[in-house]
Amino acid sequence: MSFSVTEPSVRQKWIAGSLVIFYALITMLPLLWIVATGFKSSTDSIAYPPKILFQPTVEGYVNVFTTQTRLSAELAEQPHDDLPWYEQLARNKGNTIVGASRYSERFLNSVIIGFGSTFFAIVLGTAAAYAFSRFKVPLKDDLLFFILSTRMMPPIAVAIPIFLMFRNLGLNDTHAGMILLYTAINLSLAVWLINGFIDEIPIEYEEAALIDGYTRFQAFYKVVLPQAATGIASTAIFCLIFAWNEYALAVLLTSGTAQTAPPFIPTIIGVGGQDWPAVAAGATIFLVPVMVFTILLRKHLLRGITFGAVRK
Amino acid sequence: MAEVIFKNVTKKFDSDIALDNFSMTVADGSFVVLLGPTGAGKTTSLRMISGLDKPDSGEIFIGGHSMTGLTPAQRNVAMVFQQYSLYPHLTVRENLEFPLKSPLLKTPADEIASKIHEVAEVLQISHKLDNKATALSGGEMQRVSIGRALVRNPSIYLMDEPLSSLDAKLRADLRIELKRIQSKSGATLLYVTHDQIEAMTMATHVGVLDRGKLVQFGSPREIYENPVSIYSASRLGQPRVNILPATIFAGAPDNAAKIGLRPEQIVQGEGEDSLVTRIEHLGDQTRLHLSFKSHDLITVTDAHTQLNEGDIVKIRPEKPFYFDADGARTA
Repeated sequence: MSFSVTEPSVRQKWIAGSLVIFYALITMLPLLWIVATGFKSSTDSIAYPPKILFQPTVEGYVNVFTTQTRLSAELAEQPHDDLPWYEQLARNKGNTIVGASRYSERFLNSVIIGFGSTFFAIVLGTAAAYAFSRFKVPLKDDLLFFILSTRMMPPIAVAIPIFLMFRNLGLNDTHAGMILLYTAINLSLAVWLINGFIDEIPIEYEEAALIDGYTRFQAFYKVVLPQAATGIASTAIFCLIFAWNEYALAVLLTSGTAQTAPPFIPTIIGVGGQDWPAVAAGATIFLVPVMVFTILLRKHLLRGITFGAVRK
Repeated sequence: MAEVIFKNVTKKFDSDIALDNFSMTVADGSFVVLLGPTGAGKTTSLRMISGLDKPDSGEIFIGGHSMTGLTPAQRNVAMVFQQYSLYPHLTVRENLEFPLKSPLLKTPADEIASKIHEVAEVLQISHKLDNKATALSGGEMQRVSIGRALVRNPSIYLMDEPLSSLDAKLRADLRIELKRIQSKSGATLLYVTHDQIEAMTMATHVGVLDRGKLVQFGSPREIYENPVSIYSASRLGQPRVNILPATIFAGAPDNAAKIGLRPEQIVQGEGEDSLVTRIEHLGDQTRLHLSFKSHDLITVTDAHTQLNEGDIVKIRPEKPFYFDADGARTA
């Protein structure tokens, strides 16, 4: 670790602190707005001027997980005190819950496809990066450039050919198809990032392990992998964030069984008027896994970003 | 423990020749020191034995078996790297355990513990066993890296300048300790160094390498007292052997072009005049820089000498080395 030679003055700390807070406000505000909207009632959510203080309700969360139907006037007037709290919330608006919505299904799809593709991108990316870093690969630089070049256009540019290809292969609207697609897109990023991290690890460690009686694979597993863990973790975060948030290809290639949450969330709005709280609730829940994953790997992420700079 | 044989080994890195038709026999139980400047092929020869590099041609035998095609693990050699190469994500103890826990050895836990205790004592690192390998000073890292080799019982120990970054006191201690371990266990040891004290005190044999070739192989005394060339003579001796034109002193043989004089081959107080240009008091000895017929030479004199710069000292050679124009020894 290297540290600045002079301790910053109190004034410098104040300036730095306010800048960070200012930047954090700008980036956090939309997020806070979404979280807040999720706990508003429908009326509060579209109130003008916007309400900063409001009576919180979990109506939006109930709506996003359920399918509801309008009750007839006489049914709506029946007492409903003995019903479960979520049913009561629906009854208050003159609705009744007729079943679960497809949100949890879509959410699960996102988890399977997001984490699945991240897993494969990391496993394949690490293997490829190790090979590029340690072996004499013919045309190594050209191959690395070629791998990177797949990243040079927006993925949507190849959406039509991929759509046709997937249709012929029967991969349309399947989990396997989406995992394959996101893995392919993320792989170039994974190879490049991890290659950089493995290049930083001197080959002498592996040589020492080889002499200490380990095979090449064991040396990789016991010596290289623990040291590259930081880089691999930060790469995994980047891969997951991409796969988790991807919208355009998901809209095009999924509709039923394998639809992920991003194309589903906007459709919530169409059910029974403009239900912003439900949309916001869906979006808030959608944010949670990525946030948890990032917080869990936060230590690695920070070290990963500053890796090359502080190591020597 | 085993005998190691290089048989006509050649290794090129791109166009640079590291080993050139190199043959050498390291006898079972011997302590062989390789001497030579950077690029002479010392480290390459260690890497060839370990299996980290493969010869372009030629063969290496350990204990009578050809090593061609065997992985480093199969060769059962231990190596101390110049750059330490401690596993940074492990503690000192885990570093020392690493070779013992390999799938090849699978040492029982109590045996590992006693072995590590023993080695840590010898290397004076017992109090650092639970430190991270990265939280050590250079000297401590080097000791751990020696320890990682010593915990094993390999067919040969390979050491690449293992004492280079230790302070003088520790280096002297470990020199004796390494020599003791080697003679007690009867281990074969191949050792690369630039330090001539290490070479003179520890080696049973010294191999002098020059651009990938073995130019002389023998006991340290033999190399020192009977070098085959100017190159070989320059490897050992502090101050270095003085090389002057042969005709500068009377009595040179006809075929001699150069005369080589170690300090003890220069008799002071007799012969011809030389001018003292500089005096270095080193404590136990004093170095005398002389100018003789406009050639510079360095010799050693009494620690408490009364000589001063500008004084005149008479000198004459005593049983000097003579070399021909190519640097080969003639007499």
